[in-house]
Amino acid sequence: MPSPIAESLAGLLLVATLVCAIIRPWGLPEALVAVPAAALLLLLGVLPLSEAAAEVRSLAPTIGFLAAVLLLATFSDRFGLFEAAGAWMATGSRGRPVTLLALVFAVASTVTAVLSLDATVVLLTPVVFATVARLRLRPKPHIYACTHLANSASLLLPVSNLTNLLAFSASGLSFARFGATMALPWLAAIAVEWLVLRRFFAADLIGHTEASVVPRRPAPVYACLVLGLTLVGFFLTSVFDVAPAFAALGGAVALGVPLLRSRRATVRDVGVALQVPFLAFVLALGLVVKALAFHGLGSLVTHLVPGGTSLGSLLLIALIAAVLANLINNLPAVLLLLPAVSAAGPGPVLAVLIGVNAGPNLTYVGSLATLLWRRVLRQRGEELPISEFMRLGALTVPPVLVAATVALWISLTVVG
Amino acid sequence: MPPVRIVVWVVEGTWEGCIDAAGRSIPSGAQVALLHVTPSDVTGVAEAAVAGLLGRTLPGSRPSRSFQDVADRAASELLAAAAARLGSQDAELLHRRGRVEREVIRAVAENVDLLVVARDGDHSRLGPHSLGPVTRFVVDHAPCAVLLVWPDEPPGIESIPPPPPG
Repeated sequence: MPSPIAESLAGLLLVATLVCAIIRPWGLPEALVAVPAAALLLLLGVLPLSEAAAEVRSLAPTIGFLAAVLLLATFSDRFGLFEAAGAWMATGSRGRPVTLLALVFAVASTVTAVLSLDATVVLLTPVVFATVARLRLRPKPHIYACTHLANSASLLLPVSNLTNLLAFSASGLSFARFGATMALPWLAAIAVEWLVLRRFFAADLIGHTEASVVPRRPAPVYACLVLGLTLVGFFLTSVFDVAPAFAALGGAVALGVPLLRSRRATVRDVGVALQVPFLAFVLALGLVVKALAFHGLGSLVTHLVPGGTSLGSLLLIALIAAVLANLINNLPAVLLLLPAVSAAGPGPVLAVLIGVNAGPNLTYVGSLATLLWRRVLRQRGEELPISEFMRLGALTVPPVLVAATVALWISLTVVG
Repeated sequence: MPPVRIVVWVVEGTWEGCIDAAGRSIPSGAQVALLHVTPSDVTGVAEAAVAGLLGRTLPGSRPSRSFQDVADRAASELLAAAAARLGSQDAELLHRRGRVEREVIRAVAENVDLLVVARDGDHSRLGPHSLGPVTRFVVDHAPCAVLLVWPDEPPGIESIPPPPPG
């Protein structure tokens, strides 16, 4: 097949894959279009089998790692970790909205870093909403804090975001080195979010209630201990040269076994929490993007993206990554950009991550999907306050990109 | 003559002061309704974040559904607490969902004589920033009389800066 046709077909299938994953017509699983799309590209020879096999080999460990992290988050929830965090934030805030916002920032940043952004979006945000409602405070600043930090506070560790996991193997960094280099950018991103949200929502951060309306809950000591040890395990894997996925797996087993034994979770729950359709989706998406890159887009991206580690190059890389993440979506964006930057060393790879992780706060799912998806939302009687949402994104994303990238540049100079 | 109809807009963070002020100013025999609006956009933001995960939702987790239950319960508890604070058993309790500023205006569009609203902006000084954007819209667009109250002690008159020289 001639390259332009192959390229267009792969591009079309990429769009179809993403749109179906977001809109989910009739509630169908996200893999339903992605897997046939990848199969079609293989059948037509758009993606050569050898290329596909190489891509599968490189993605498989990442997907295993992701599965373990998803289990870790789900099991922590079963132990009541997030409910306990909600009660702790309510008590600690003493009913003051700004103090509560500070605690939400601390908890959301930690949860995102350790248990991935999925845990913050799916498990923590509803708890924060319930806590704010019980305290009779206005929910908006706290909910936006959760959704924003799920993206911008996912810079710290390889486990914090699927994009990080994908880049982790390409960066050639150890788990500990990754964390040490990204600590400063992570803090810079959180600080910028705090400064902007605190001002943006000043009118909603008022009032004062008795914190006693939220009952105290004991912290799940065992789950916290296992998570702490898992975190230590992640860093130790660097010392002993073991894949960090094993630390995540160890943590998931340590949490899962008592749950299964006490029948607080069933084998079926474990199967559902593994999210096999999503894992298949990531693999298929990887193949579709690979086909797109193989027919020329890859070399175009390589030409476009600077390879150096000067501050200017890093800023430009982060900007390109953020724009691409907003145009299509951050997963295909990182898959497209990684091959172009991985040869240039860890600096450019981490700059890509700043762009694809913090950038989505402008549109969350990519602009194309946001447009379509707003319509779906309206049919359900929900509303996306697009102007406020984009205004807040426009106020936070550029300074977060700049602050985090400058921090990365300093980190690279200091940590090396 | 029909009784005076008054709507008190009850919002988290300012409702106590608003109810107290309303209690002091409402004439006897007035028909009072307490209004709370649950913003529809908060759940929209949470749903957008879930969509951003491209399908990685955990079992049974559609935030909007759990959000709606929580928001509905919180709204009815807030309205009940407001009615109790007002000491009025026959106050009508109105709970709406939607874009807050629009729903408030719609609720007072017909047969309402007075809307009671609390300031929710900058508390540190007297000035135009004492209204948040949503409250600003309501005050600007209300088709009835508006009683604008401070939710707590108002700042002193000295908080107004002196006029520029000349």
